[in-house]
Amino acid sequence: MTTIVLLTLLYLQISPPKDVRVFDTPNDAGGSITITWESSPDAEGYRILRMALPDSVYTPVDWVDAATKRYVDKVEDGVKYRYIIRTERGSAYADSEPTDEVWSHGNVFHRGRTNVLIGVAVYTTLLLSFIYFAKRGKKLFVRKIAGLDAVDEAIGRATEMGKPVLYIPGLSTISDVATLASLNILGRIARKAAVHGTRVIVPNRNPIVMPVCQEIVREACLDVGRPDVYREDDIFYITFSQFGYTAAVDGIMLREKPAANFFLGMFWAESLILAETGASTGAIQIAGTDAIHQLPFFITACDYTLIGEELYAASAYLSREPLSLGSLKGQDWTKLIIGGLIVAGVILVSFGSDWFLGLFSS
Amino acid sequence: MKRQIPLIITFIAGIVMIIQYFIPHEPFAGMQQLFNQWYLIIAAFAMILGIGNLLKIHSGRISRKTSGWGYSIVLLTGLTVMLISGLGWGIERGTFFFYLFWNLHIPMASTMFALLAFFVASASYRAFRARTIEATLLLIAAIVVMLSRVPLGGYIWSKIPFAGDWIMSYPNMAGQRAIMIGIALGTVSTSLRIILGIERTYLGGGK
Repeated sequence: MTTIVLLTLLYLQISPPKDVRVFDTPNDAGGSITITWESSPDAEGYRILRMALPDSVYTPVDWVDAATKRYVDKVEDGVKYRYIIRTERGSAYADSEPTDEVWSHGNVFHRGRTNVLIGVAVYTTLLLSFIYFAKRGKKLFVRKIAGLDAVDEAIGRATEMGKPVLYIPGLSTISDVATLASLNILGRIARKAAVHGTRVIVPNRNPIVMPVCQEIVREACLDVGRPDVYREDDIFYITFSQFGYTAAVDGIMLREKPAANFFLGMFWAESLILAETGASTGAIQIAGTDAIHQLPFFITACDYTLIGEELYAASAYLSREPLSLGSLKGQDWTKLIIGGLIVAGVILVSFGSDWFLGLFSS
Repeated sequence: MKRQIPLIITFIAGIVMIIQYFIPHEPFAGMQQLFNQWYLIIAAFAMILGIGNLLKIHSGRISRKTSGWGYSIVLLTGLTVMLISGLGWGIERGTFFFYLFWNLHIPMASTMFALLAFFVASASYRAFRARTIEATLLLIAAIVVMLSRVPLGGYIWSKIPFAGDWIMSYPNMAGQRAIMIGIALGTVSTSLRIILGIERTYLGGGK
């Protein structure tokens, strides 16, 4: 009997979590304390106990399972706290030593993002420098982009054939930078089309993008002195449904037979359905997206494709405005710097030096 | 003034969003969430605008009897039925709206999606015609990758699965990452041009 009691007591004797640490959660707005610990082999779970000073009683805050080794507690800023982590198994438990006093406060700067800030500062300085040089009248060379040189050809073809131009500003929302880039290109294309009196049809999937498109095309027509070309009914909303929209645009392509199709912006699985239908109508097709997985489809089915950054460069390229071209040069120089860093990183890591990688981690 | 106010709003909103990324402290903490909530409110009202546009255009087509006006009747009927059933009896499982959504919308959307298989076949046929050196390389890479993804590849030659993995992990990955770096820089550059008011075509007009 004594042996059974002793064995039971031995069984019930469980170890507390070790190495319990508490600290103000870094890089946050305040209001939280992080507790970490080394797990106990006996735990079924842990109870978090907290005492707000000057109280002298620990109150349970939460219970977490045995796999948890980190807990973030929501607290009041400026109040001092102590914690105990209790290992629990059935009715048995074992408390850790009470932690040191800890209090939370908000951080003024996110230190984990220092490298990002430096990168942004370098890049912004480069961009602004080239914009400044461009403003001073320095000639900037920008390589030819075949897809953008073909815009005039596409609009000219539509004008000659007396057919409309179809412009798809992607399927994403206005908060997507690809959509904004696409809207900038729409402005340039609408101006060129308005000069020739060519219709631009813009079916929209997003109801916020639609009025922006209407405004862009209307202003473009007014700017070139052809308000008569603008038809509000040509820029319309279809549906938010991805494939409902795709079906509708396919129908427009087959019924209206546009001479030129522009697919510029963010696309998903519908990219190939749209581009292949457009190709079957014989239209000249110019696509551009930053969706990497849709690029092969566009390259296959379209006459010209703007790959990734070319979509963002398009508006500056078409406008030839020195300020916008300056930002393109800044981009190119930053790519050169990144290329240099990649080569340096490959060499250093190949020789066993890891500190270089640390510069780029958060 | 018509241009100035949107430019000022864009500048302030852009700068605030950049600052909140680096400063987690109040008043910047939670700014992104707040802006997102504003966006959702605008989006909700924009949906009304979208439906209004849809009604205006298609009722105009029906009244003028322009070509394809029959499609407009189908569209407006669908819109009205879904709207009334959703507003009247809710959209939960078991309602008429849910029945229509599940038995009409989903099968039709799936059908459109399924067409992708045929379009992939026709696009592949065009892309893989070995007319140039680049197209030939593309064809060879595609065959290797396709064979590496099916058991037959391993039966033909045990090294084919490794060759397929190598193509995907090195040349393909390198190309993808190069494009991604360009996209990231282009995104920042475009955002900066918009925030600083250099790029303002999105406001309408080109200047």
